[in-house]
Amino acid sequence: MLNIRTLPIGRWLFMLMFFVMSCPALAFATETMVGGAPLKPWWFWPVILFFFCLILGVLAVMAGVGGGVLYVPLVSGFFPFHLDFVRGIGLMVALAGALAAGPGLLRRNLANLRLALPVALIASTFSIVGAMLGLYLSRLNPNLIQTCLGGTIVGIAFLLLFSKNTEKPVVTKQDAIGLALGLQGVYWDDGARESVEWKTHRTLLGMFMFILIGLLAGMFGLGAGWANVPVLNLLMGVPLKVSVATSKFLLSITDTSAAWIYLNRGCVIPLIAVPSIVGLMLGSILGVRILAVAKPKFIRYMVITVLLFAGLKALDKGLGLGILG
Amino acid sequence: MTAMDDQALKPSKDQIIYANLLLIGMLSGIVIMTITYIIYVTGLLSSHIDMSVIATHWGKNIHEYLEITQSPQGWGWLYLLGKGDFLNYIGFTLLGVLTIICYLVLVRGYFRQKNWIFFIISVLEILVLSLAASGLLGSGGH
Repeated sequence: MLNIRTLPIGRWLFMLMFFVMSCPALAFATETMVGGAPLKPWWFWPVILFFFCLILGVLAVMAGVGGGVLYVPLVSGFFPFHLDFVRGIGLMVALAGALAAGPGLLRRNLANLRLALPVALIASTFSIVGAMLGLYLSRLNPNLIQTCLGGTIVGIAFLLLFSKNTEKPVVTKQDAIGLALGLQGVYWDDGARESVEWKTHRTLLGMFMFILIGLLAGMFGLGAGWANVPVLNLLMGVPLKVSVATSKFLLSITDTSAAWIYLNRGCVIPLIAVPSIVGLMLGSILGVRILAVAKPKFIRYMVITVLLFAGLKALDKGLGLGILG
Repeated sequence: MTAMDDQALKPSKDQIIYANLLLIGMLSGIVIMTITYIIYVTGLLSSHIDMSVIATHWGKNIHEYLEITQSPQGWGWLYLLGKGDFLNYIGFTLLGVLTIICYLVLVRGYFRQKNWIFFIISVLEILVLSLAASGLLGSGGH
């Protein structure tokens, strides 16, 4: 007999993920079979969405990715909501998560204000442009934005799979812009029991990259932690801990500007936005607790696989191939 | 560890104020969102758009959806605060303005320190976020 107590937590999470992924897909299939008016009562999808987001929040924490990057491709792929609403709510989800993490990161001095402020200005400005462009393209040709989203998600999956971040990058000489802005600091490394000094290099190139990050974040409502960290860490030479913390804090600024564009446009429907935000936040809290006993590496590969599938599904939908249903 | 190191490891006073404001605002936002959502779904306040109508049209793009449901754009929701669905916008708005409020603390701090580069960056950020929030860019366009 199967002893459920002995099942490893990773397998439990895999089963939960499978269950949650299959729920909306099956429900959607029965709903669209009949066609015309939906058969389900109005509360059906918000309830499914809440539990879906709860699990998504757990998995996001364990995989080390933001909620937005999982929310948009999965919800747009498996729920009956239009991509306009999913992107708008995706940004609200990413924003709420970043706002929740911000206080702790600032108090521990892990998120660096000096580093965040200049790049946040660039990213938030261009996330407005991205959001407006996304809404314009969506009106022009919805398949175009779906295809671009699919391509971006597939790219993110590969980025998560292959990028090898460096714990403490070696920066021999700080560049002039980094020096002028004072983009250097010191943080306490609990593991090594030492204070670590850091400074940036290739600052100008890094800032240019934040133009692209802002555009993508606004256009697809993805949040942008997946892009912030490699740019800060691998390109600008910021230690990984500071990069991750500053990136999370950055999202609270970048996503605010793009979220306002979607909010003002009416893309944030309360009926589905609140279960998404609250579900993901509760899931994140649970995820932090489970993290202590689970194997995050396994979860990370599982999430990357799901992300890859969701990206291919969006590509399939956008290009009208119909291979993945 | 030297005393200088110790000082550098500590967050600045403004950073702590920023963190505290963020925490209070974020928690208030979540609580408000939860309460207003309960009021909305339990029907304590009537809705501007019937929930079954939303469920019928949430698969349509935003332009069609707005036309069908006659929903307001920009800050038009303020006129519908008595309706359960638009009451939820109080929580969303709080989350949206939180960063702007926190930046005001930074502006004051950088002004006192006469750190003009970061003072200008912070002022510009407030302007960018305020422009996004104003509704001048995101709404309209029918």
